[in-house]
Amino acid sequence: MKRYDVIVVGAGPAGLSAAIEAAKRGLKVIVFDENAKPDGQLFKQIHKFFGSKEHKAKIRGFKIGEDLLKEADVAGVEVALNAVVIGLFLDKEITVQIEDKVIHYKGDAIIIATGASENMITFNGWTLPGVIGAGAAQTMMNLHRVRPGKKILMLGTGNVGLVVSFQLMQAGCEVVALVDAAPRIGGYGVHAAKVARCGVPFYLSHTIIKAEGNDFVTGVTVGEVDGNWQIIPGTEKHFDVDTICLAVGLSPMSQLLKMAGCTMEDNPSKGGFVPICDQYGETSIQGIFVSGDVSGIEEASSARKRDL
Amino acid sequence: MTFNFDGKRIEGYESEPIAAALKVAGVMVHRHTQKENAPRGLFCAIGRCTDCVMVVDGQPNVRTCVTPLVAGMNVQTQYGVTAKK
Repeated sequence: MKRYDVIVVGAGPAGLSAAIEAAKRGLKVIVFDENAKPDGQLFKQIHKFFGSKEHKAKIRGFKIGEDLLKEADVAGVEVALNAVVIGLFLDKEITVQIEDKVIHYKGDAIIIATGASENMITFNGWTLPGVIGAGAAQTMMNLHRVRPGKKILMLGTGNVGLVVSFQLMQAGCEVVALVDAAPRIGGYGVHAAKVARCGVPFYLSHTIIKAEGNDFVTGVTVGEVDGNWQIIPGTEKHFDVDTICLAVGLSPMSQLLKMAGCTMEDNPSKGGFVPICDQYGETSIQGIFVSGDVSGIEEASSARKRDL
Repeated sequence: MTFNFDGKRIEGYESEPIAAALKVAGVMVHRHTQKENAPRGLFCAIGRCTDCVMVVDGQPNVRTCVTPLVAGMNVQTQYGVTAKK
């Protein structure tokens, strides 16, 4: 059983920021991440961030990621990659799966910074190859340098849908349309304007009726919805596409917290199932804290806010 | 480098995810489900959904979106939980 002053689960911006602050104060810190590379979703963000100087405005996501890693290194933070935290138990003990072993660790404080995962929406044909998450499109383009498809329909006009649509076009893909069941565009006007200026049509109050194809997506039909989310007959529109991207929200990955017995709540404004915590991020269990999107969906600039 | 997909030689870059090289080669279907033989492929691309799993070097259920390519690797379309139709 190895002991640390602080154990952080998740080496994304929230986890790394928390670890850096703790290490700077002389605490013995380790960060576990299930991925082969740290930084969570930051390395995929090739656009410039917004907000104030503290929020790293005008700096591209991956650059913020590089800086965080350097800071963590300098501060002496231990980062264990390919390490899946599979359990959070009584007395702040965790179990970590590394290759074929399961190892126990204990911390005086545990910070859960596991972030969020993409939601999905079901429709006729949604399991066909060619239907992918918007984050998946971003991963393929920005991390692996591969185009996710040639002709793409984007479902969802929040910031993820808007930004990924623009990045798809930068990568040389054709975005045939953006569709959203809501009557309003969800994301920032600046992002929406960039996409609209490229001539991509927006279909608000529309939803996907069917993704077509036998072995993979070859087309999609959308239609307008009325006040009761029913398709209005005669409003069907068809597009030839090979890819349908779903940008329909994120949900906190709060399973470890629930497992530990933290008081949870189902809060739609926070994106889903989150732990109840105080202004320092401490949950109902003393010594277990949360940081970042797992406590409520915002994004990297908020995750980095060093209140702790 | 090259690797094998269902008996065909495909080009890829050493240590990029198998799924990336398959995408470039135009491969959309990674597996077929056990009960309904439904085609499945890449969905989340970060190793969480398991829709992209294939038989790799004889081992089934390998997540091709997070597994790095090695020269000469054998990648097969998975049917249920094996490589046989």
